[in-house]
Amino acid sequence: MQAIRIMIGVAVVALLSGCGYNRIQTQDESVKAAWSEVVNQYQRRADLVPNLVNTVKGYAAQEKSVLLGVTEARAKVGTIQATPELINDAAAFKKFQAAQGELSSALKSLIAVSENYPQLKSDQNFRDLQAQLEGTENRITVARNRYIQAVQDYNVTIRSFPSNLTAMIFKYQTKPNFAVENEAAIARPPTVDFSGAPAPASNPAGQ
Amino acid sequence: MGALPNRAGRAPVAWDCYRLWLAAWLCLVFAPPVAAQGLQPIPKLESRVTDLTGTLTAGEQAELEQKLSAFEARKGAQLAVLVVATTQPEAIEQYAIRVAEAWKLGRAKPDDGVLLLLAKDDRTVRIEVGYGLEGALNDATANRIIDETMIPLFKQGQYAAGLNAGAAQVMQVVDGEALPPPDAHWNGKSGGLWNALPLLFMAFIVASSILRAIFGRVGGATATAGLLGVVAWLFSQLLFAALGVAALAFVLSLVFGLRGSGWSSGGRSGGFGGGGFGGGGFGGGGFGGGGGGFGGGGASGRW
Repeated sequence: MQAIRIMIGVAVVALLSGCGYNRIQTQDESVKAAWSEVVNQYQRRADLVPNLVNTVKGYAAQEKSVLLGVTEARAKVGTIQATPELINDAAAFKKFQAAQGELSSALKSLIAVSENYPQLKSDQNFRDLQAQLEGTENRITVARNRYIQAVQDYNVTIRSFPSNLTAMIFKYQTKPNFAVENEAAIARPPTVDFSGAPAPASNPAGQ
Repeated sequence: MGALPNRAGRAPVAWDCYRLWLAAWLCLVFAPPVAAQGLQPIPKLESRVTDLTGTLTAGEQAELEQKLSAFEARKGAQLAVLVVATTQPEAIEQYAIRVAEAWKLGRAKPDDGVLLLLAKDDRTVRIEVGYGLEGALNDATANRIIDETMIPLFKQGQYAAGLNAGAAQVMQVVDGEALPPPDAHWNGKSGGLWNALPLLFMAFIVASSILRAIFGRVGGATATAGLLGVVAWLFSQLLFAALGVAALAFVLSLVFGLRGSGWSSGGRSGGFGGGGFGGGGFGGGGFGGGGGGFGGGGASGRW
């Protein structure tokens, strides 16, 4: 009697894990963790912006439109709550992405413009900030790549047999991922503009 | 397959799944292998200084290696130097993070690894900083080390001097950071046991019930304890951990044996997370990374 119960217990556990229930849980958690890291790094970038804008303003106050663009993009990013639920909502996810992309391109033009001010460029504070910004952009790229990988693993599990049956029963759905064209735009190093005019965002569609 | 059709639709759903499964198999079989095309290969981590370009003489290499290993022995943090000709078609940042992920420099918990990467023909250099050192060796500091110390020397073609000076400054900065003391047993060896824990638990349930049936209560508990102890020892290579597991198994087996029907509750709660064997802590001999994590922190420079 007891032995049968044990066997049933073991069988149920084995069956559930065989159907990918545990795998879905594990991968769902790693998607969440990867997403937190993405948000974390975006936040880090947003925190850098006020300092950066102030420093640039000290040397290049006449670049009003660029400075304003960065400030506005930063403000917009701040209004979007990056909750963990965001990754289950494709529309909100897209909006979040758009706002961050806008800040990316605004910052790119800020850095491009700063090339025209030798004094600004030799300011140690600005150079430190620029290094931090570059480092943070790189962290964002890494975090996004890891998120993409985590979501890919998760989505494959959700859609492949037999774990898709488990996913259907427990109402797990695929999660949205970063768009590819967006990824390419972010991975591209910032362009340096020698013509003197502030570089327009070179990819209006992707961002 | 969006909404699940109720009742009547069951068979079609199953059929759908079968077709999907079939399609997935076909895709797997016929899909062309997606290779990472044209990316620079990542060299194997065999020593702290890896020079693929022959820029450093054997003497310079040994000298730098000696400094780095002395630092590692003293501080625990792991610093490695890699010199390549080029990272094309990737940017140095992308190549550096791939190397860092493959090498896993630094210890697993404090994540205290640093990679110094020089791409000689690209005229780029990067300091890739592990998670745990991002506070001390922050981007601005790394950038200053590159800009003010390394690049002026690289510009004159003094690569060995530049790498030495850069490494010295990195070590100096890391020295200021409080880190766990170096420990020969640190390299996550017990990680193997932790990963094996769910399996041990399952093995315990099965083995204990079978052995108790054969040998009786105390005999079965002893046999289970012995068996699990050996398994734990194989996984962790730590004798005291194995003894602990064995003792625990003995006590649990006895207790569960006494409680009789308490078994089903023991079996039901099995919370083992899907396949946790990945993070190898089986290091073994030779030089290698300790499992440190990187998140893209650090700085790059061009000249």
